[in-house]
Amino acid sequence: MTEKTFAGYCVKCNELGYLMDTDEWNREIGLEIAKEEEIAMTDKHWEVIDWLRDQCKQEVALSVRKVGKSGVVDIKGFYQLFPKGPLKTASKIAGIPKPVSCI
Amino acid sequence: MENTNTKPVKKMMLILSKATIENVYACFILANGARMEGIESEIFFTFFGLEAIQKKKLDHLHVATVGNPAMHIPTILGGLPGMEALATKMMKSEMEKLDIPPVGEFLEMLTASGTKLWACKLAIDMFKIKEEDLVDDVDGVLTVGGFYERAQGDGTHLLFI
Repeated sequence: MTEKTFAGYCVKCNELGYLMDTDEWNREIGLEIAKEEEIAMTDKHWEVIDWLRDQCKQEVALSVRKVGKSGVVDIKGFYQLFPKGPLKTASKIAGIPKPVSCI
Repeated sequence: MENTNTKPVKKMMLILSKATIENVYACFILANGARMEGIESEIFFTFFGLEAIQKKKLDHLHVATVGNPAMHIPTILGGLPGMEALATKMMKSEMEKLDIPPVGEFLEMLTASGTKLWACKLAIDMFKIKEEDLVDDVDGVLTVGGFYERAQGDGTHLLFI
């Protein structure tokens, strides 16, 4: 575990850069992580992030397939928003744990 | 953490030569998993692997119950009528629980994720398969040479299933 400062907030991260405590997250932190991941956030990006955080709160095991069926974005769109590994990148920006799904 | 000696996998070129459902899923999960990690992936369907991209066949693939010691049933029972269908049904229901889609939906997922799907020219000719027999998601028909050409570049790995 390390501590990192995003947008002036000090948060606990694991060795892969995922937030340890999802409650420490806010949009400013998300925006800083997105910059590190070279993602220029748009409203659509935030819509996906909000959905992911909501699912995480409901303790749903996330997968690309589920995102595709979310009604927020289809799979092709998800890859366009977060080209380099959509689920893991989006989860990092969303301040939720790295998904363990293979799908 | 950055190790300069590591050579990341950049592209997975998978060759699917079998149509038993466990092999098809292994191939699809590897191809999809690559895309999820930001790795490029392509699949070359050859010989029986072509069944997985034929419209009329892809929903009827079976798990092998004969000659498969991991089934842990006597071979003679595995050969009884209905055994393959039963084992397949059981496996599919377990797969669904794990959020693994049926073959047809999986192909759509792969295409949406950017995985390229190629049919083997030689096998197409041998089995007398027409292009219209293949699902629309297939990117085209390739020779072995064409497939190798696409494998060029640092960090490409080929895998035969």
